Amino acid sequence: MFQAIFVDPFIMIYDAPLFFVEVFVSGLMAGVMYALVALGFVLIYKASGVFNFAQGAMVLFAALTFVGLWELGVNPWLSLILSSLVMIGVAFTVERIVLRPLVNQDPIIFFMATIGITYFLDGFGQTIWGSEVRPLDIGIPNEPFMDFADWSGLYINKFDVFAAAVCSVLVALLAGFFTKTKIGRALRAVADDHQAALSVGIPLKTIWTIVWSVAGIVGLAAGILWGAKLGVQFALALIAFKALPVLILGGFTSIPGAILGGLIIGSGEKIAEVYWGEALGGAIEDWFAYVLALVFLLFRPQGLFGEKIIERV
Amino acid sequence: MIYREAGQFKTSYKSDQALLPIAQDRFFVIGLLAVAYIVIPMVANDYWLNSIFLQFFIFSLAALGLNILTGYAGQLSLGTGGFMACGAFSAFKLATSFPDMHIVFVLILAGLITAVVGMFFGIPSLRIKGFYLAVSTLAAQFFLLWLFNRVPWFTNYSSSGVISPPPIKLFGDYYITGTQATNLTQYFFTLTLVVVLALAARNIIRGHIGRSWMAIRDMDIAAEIIGISPLKAKLSAFAVSSFYCGIAGALWAFLYTGTVEPLAFEINQSFKILFMIIIGGLGSILGSFIGAAFIVVLPIFLNSAPAMLGLQLPGALVTHIEFMVFGVLIVFFLIVEPHGLARLWGIAKEKLRLWPFPY
Repeated sequence: MFQAIFVDPFIMIYDAPLFFVEVFVSGLMAGVMYALVALGFVLIYKASGVFNFAQGAMVLFAALTFVGLWELGVNPWLSLILSSLVMIGVAFTVERIVLRPLVNQDPIIFFMATIGITYFLDGFGQTIWGSEVRPLDIGIPNEPFMDFADWSGLYINKFDVFAAAVCSVLVALLAGFFTKTKIGRALRAVADDHQAALSVGIPLKTIWTIVWSVAGIVGLAAGILWGAKLGVQFALALIAFKALPVLILGGFTSIPGAILGGLIIGSGEKIAEVYWGEALGGAIEDWFAYVLALVFLLFRPQGLFGEKIIERV
Repeated sequence: MIYREAGQFKTSYKSDQALLPIAQDRFFVIGLLAVAYIVIPMVANDYWLNSIFLQFFIFSLAALGLNILTGYAGQLSLGTGGFMACGAFSAFKLATSFPDMHIVFVLILAGLITAVVGMFFGIPSLRIKGFYLAVSTLAAQFFLLWLFNRVPWFTNYSSSGVISPPPIKLFGDYYITGTQATNLTQYFFTLTLVVVLALAARNIIRGHIGRSWMAIRDMDIAAEIIGISPLKAKLSAFAVSSFYCGIAGALWAFLYTGTVEPLAFEINQSFKILFMIIIGGLGSILGSFIGAAFIVVLPIFLNSAPAMLGLQLPGALVTHIEFMVFGVLIVFFLIVEPHGLARLWGIAKEKLRLWPFPY
């Protein structure tokens, strides 16, 4: 037991360093996908202080809408636009029906309300589009770059690279949106201080709708990528649980934190599963991310890039 | 006029410290207990006793446990299912290792083991707060379930994975678990346990420990300055809460389902219990019971509603619609009364005081 945990894995890594790099890289790519889901959480938490548990349900709902429309014979680009519009509609409805009546309540009440939204979206999406697994083929093959593999001995998956590229583009777009546009500045102001933002004339309700829409569209991107990997099915809603440790690792309020947290969790999880999984009894992916994040939190309670909490009496 | 405390004088310290200082409250509780002990066993059939009341009692115990942690001590936890599983499996190990041990001791010991586990997973609460803590309690949920799934020692190396608790006698010829146990025995046993534990919770909460929990919840720094140790307060909250959840889990596995399996304590169970205390009322013992009743009855109602309306719907569709209605109702209740149904009860009492002459 002792040897299996503390000695053997390191020998394995030493013997086959290329394999280790491969595991590491594939973990990083999985991490990018986690980060994409975590991004939606961060956006909403930053702008409204709401811990949006429904992000996973939004991912599922967006992916279901996209696939459903595509199967009905709509052009994929058109259905992409249409499902974005649907997500904006969801954001509008949520703001009007759920958030507005609950203004000024405790954060835990908002959290509960988003769990209510989760149930509703899960049920609603599956009532409309059915609950069977739908394969989603977006034309990116799930195979390694053979030329690169011949040259270096490393197998790197094309799809993973594509996902990473999509994620980078999204993050770049979001960063531009947040720093260069007027709405982005307003969003940052709201994130800083609700009341101050209100007092200089920033319409809080509009901002909330916008940020939920953006989170919905990020969710759509995450849903399409995850759906292409796993098939569009109910399990997509559960990847939200994978995004939570990423969040606490990176800090609830930091976009770079979400990305870096995703990378750490993704690679750490893969390495642990490959090298330590067997010694510990298998399927440690379920909890490894949480324990990793927990150990990390003991040293940095606010996460990697979270705002330092200073408490005064 | 009905609910009026005028004229009820407290003439001794004892009456001042009474659990229910107002006579109407006393009558109400005594009446409720009389109904629970006498009327329900006479009129209810097996389905009601087993599927509704037993489930309701067990859920209210778990909700009580979570309410102690979240409602009174202010530490948000999503690991309730994990702690319940811990209670169920430790009770199973105890009952099979010591076949002669009485069920009450099995439950108490299982609760104590869970309390220790809960304290261990509560350690992060000393450093982190709020949603960070909530997410880290998910570690308990996932890790504990994984442990019980993967380590064969916990299931006594059973190959099938479906394990049942051994038949245990309560006293004499009355079995409390197994096929020979009657629903009535289980009903009385659980009811008594719930009454005793609820009474204990009420007394802990109005005592020194409970006050320190509430002080930590309201403002931890101020509480620390007036001399309350956050370490003791937070860890004791985790311990007591897990004790209750552990007993609830053991009862669930031993009495309600009759099988010990990790599947019954999934993350959805944790959310269900969190719903109960939020819909019932955070920081209210009555609220835990109302919330549990609500969440137990709602799915049964939703399940039978389409049939009552004369609609024939496919099973999968009914499940999805149930999800939707559940979600909508949660949001609805949060908007109507964010402080929970217990608060509505408080408002009703306030109204009854003045009725029929409100000013």
